[in-house]
Amino acid sequence: MVTTKATVSGIEDVRRARSIAERVPDPELPMLTLADLGVLRDVELTGDGTVVASLTPTYSGCPAMAEMRAAVAARLRAAGYARVRIRTVLDPPWTSDWITESGRRKLTENGIAPPGAAPRGPVALSLLPTRRTVPCPRCGSADTEETSRFSATSCKALWRCHACREPFEYVKEI
Amino acid sequence: MSDSGNDSTHDDDHVYLSLAEGHDDGGDARWAFGTGFEDPLYGVDTTVPAGVDAGELAATCVELADDALVSAQRLAQWCTRAPELEEEVALANIGLDLLGQARLLYARAGQVDGTGRDEDAYAYLRDAGDFRNVTLAELPNGDFAFSVVRLLVLSSWRLAHFERLAAHRDPVLAAIAAKGVKELTYHRQYAAEWAVRLGDGTDESHRRMRTALDQVAPYIDELFTAYDVRGEVVAVLRQVTEAAGLSMPRFEPARGAGRDGQHTGHLAPLLAELQSVARAHPEATW
Repeated sequence: MVTTKATVSGIEDVRRARSIAERVPDPELPMLTLADLGVLRDVELTGDGTVVASLTPTYSGCPAMAEMRAAVAARLRAAGYARVRIRTVLDPPWTSDWITESGRRKLTENGIAPPGAAPRGPVALSLLPTRRTVPCPRCGSADTEETSRFSATSCKALWRCHACREPFEYVKEI
Repeated sequence: MSDSGNDSTHDDDHVYLSLAEGHDDGGDARWAFGTGFEDPLYGVDTTVPAGVDAGELAATCVELADDALVSAQRLAQWCTRAPELEEEVALANIGLDLLGQARLLYARAGQVDGTGRDEDAYAYLRDAGDFRNVTLAELPNGDFAFSVVRLLVLSSWRLAHFERLAAHRDPVLAAIAAKGVKELTYHRQYAAEWAVRLGDGTDESHRRMRTALDQVAPYIDELFTAYDVRGEVVAVLRQVTEAAGLSMPRFEPARGAGRDGQHTGHLAPLLAELQSVARAHPEATW
């Protein structure tokens, strides 16, 4: 396995490592990169040439974390970085606000409604009917309703559109 | 577009190829125990801050992890048995969040209690008497209404506790709690909506909600003995029962003492099922 070229400056090197880590796809939403999803918090280069990539889980029980760690490490090694370390960062906790504009666009293009703004601070229990609008990612209609607040992955809810009659998933605000 | 080159997705970026790459890398046996990739706190700074009692911190982590693991196992038992497919998915998702919280908390306990145990050692290699979960968590699922009321009470109690733990002097526990708060808010909302739907539904659903409240009530005081956030939990119960047209349950003095390792007969069979594979095939890798 080759080590990084001594001619490459540290700054360029960390930039290259970052762009490699950023392009790793999310295992559960493969249309998104880890950068799109906002789970890649940082990529650094230490004094001894180790690339340190920091990842944060979306939900505590996210079963994809181990795969993300493995994929980032494998990509970086394949790109010639012999020393790779993955850090888990829990603080501050991930919020759906960290999904990038590009990520939101890709979600919509793939039939998944992107999240609205995440609540800040404690959320009081509300038992009043909530009439919020999530536009259908397929036809754009606002005539949609929630079928279930929980779906195939932790981060999504299940909705359906009355206009095009298609079900769709919706990334929850958190 | 705001991004430049970073959002270009090549064919070779496909997730399955990237997973295969990991396999081909000889030094990366990530499916085996002990590689670290499965450690939920992999790469987290493990230092215990000065002034934090490591024993107390570990005990708190184990208690909260046990509540979550036992609850997650009960919630998983609703699979194929819930009234609707959507509810099975919801209950399994809630269980998955709690399982994730349990994993992080066990991992933290193992770092600070001096034993170096991993999450599996806590989950699979302890007996019922070693578990510190509150007894409400271990009771059988019973009627769907019972599970709804239990989830409402446990999630409200845990949420109020986690909101305080988010300011804990141990940064790892504080971070686990801050993350959990967001998840528990969803759990409480789900349970509260079902409680109102059933309480304010048909005569039959109303009757079963009333029965469920009476069944859960004797176990609520034990929660406040473990961690007293009575005000918040009672406020939620009052809000929900009023909206559902139900009367508030009558609290009785604590019956169980799960935090002392005293459990009902329901915990041991639950753990036997949970632990059977891990104990039959110790150190198994796949």
